[in-house]
Amino acid sequence: MENIGLENIALFSGLILSLVGLWGLLTQKNIIKMIVGFALLDTGIHLIMIAVGYVKNSTAPIIGEGVTKANAADVIADPIPQALVLTAIVIGLGITALMLAYAVKMHQKKKSLDINHYKDLKW
Amino acid sequence: MVKNLYIILVLVGLGFMFYTFADGFESADKLNPVAERYAKQGPDEVGAANLVTAVVVTYRGLDTLGEVTILFLSAAIVAFFLKVTYGEEEKRQTRSVSEIMQTAARLLTPAVFLLGIYVFINGHLTPGGGFQGGAIIASGLVLMLLAKPNMKVSHTLIHVVESISGLAFVFIGVLGILYAGGFLDNSLMGMGTLGSLLSAGVIPLIYIFVGLKVGAELSNIVAHLQESQNEA
Repeated sequence: MENIGLENIALFSGLILSLVGLWGLLTQKNIIKMIVGFALLDTGIHLIMIAVGYVKNSTAPIIGEGVTKANAADVIADPIPQALVLTAIVIGLGITALMLAYAVKMHQKKKSLDINHYKDLKW
Repeated sequence: MVKNLYIILVLVGLGFMFYTFADGFESADKLNPVAERYAKQGPDEVGAANLVTAVVVTYRGLDTLGEVTILFLSAAIVAFFLKVTYGEEEKRQTRSVSEIMQTAARLLTPAVFLLGIYVFINGHLTPGGGFQGGAIIASGLVLMLLAKPNMKVSHTLIHVVESISGLAFVFIGVLGILYAGGFLDNSLMGMGTLGSLLSAGVIPLIYIFVGLKVGAELSNIVAHLQESQNEA
């Protein structure tokens, strides 16, 4: 562990974030807290994907200062995971909004956000 | 008790799997072949200085269309679930918003909207693009709603903007079939010089519509969540 790069830091914080998120998802009883856990899991996975797409000593995949058309393939990071994460962030946002809307509706129905009060799908 | 044990087992197992993957992790020395092709051919084929934009809008343009559709779907479901019953106007009691918040919102909201528009117009040159610009515009609406909790948001305006930009996105894609290489091909308009505002074919146009659509959809979700607080 002599040379810890930015990608290792991003990778480990992504792993910790997603574990914390999964823990929240599994243990919390309050629906809002479960949604927060889901958002953390989501963010952690995004960080992992970005870290995996990093290429050693590379820069952002934008042609400008230091990156020309000729040397672009040698100096940039992989643009595909970044494009995928861009997609995933937006989808995650949509899902979070949807879950919050369900939570609002559930609270209107039973005046409770405790998951133990909802047994409709329990087996 | 047994349930807690299962949870601990799942977390420890997953943590161990993650750890073995991350411990010896070395990032790649060079790009994989797909990324290398995008990096070598992208500037000439697509003409966008931002290669992430080239991948998102042109190489994987159909994915982006699907993504916009998913966002539309989730906005529509939120609107369906939180349908507001305009019955007796019983306003919810809110604390009066502080002077600082009101003044700052009045000052900052136009600047936030302008920043959002800047981000999606320059999406093919600088970091950012339609989705990020749209999110910034929606955050400007959140700021306005925080300053004036009882403000009414015009749903008609949001729906008109959303429908027109969604239709325009698909229409540009279909024009690509007729006059260029295929669906969402960006060589419909001239390529321009790499790095100038009017370059990369139809990418700026598509990103303007994506930005408007995403901004309208997120504003719609936020406005519905705000209005649903008035009932209950």
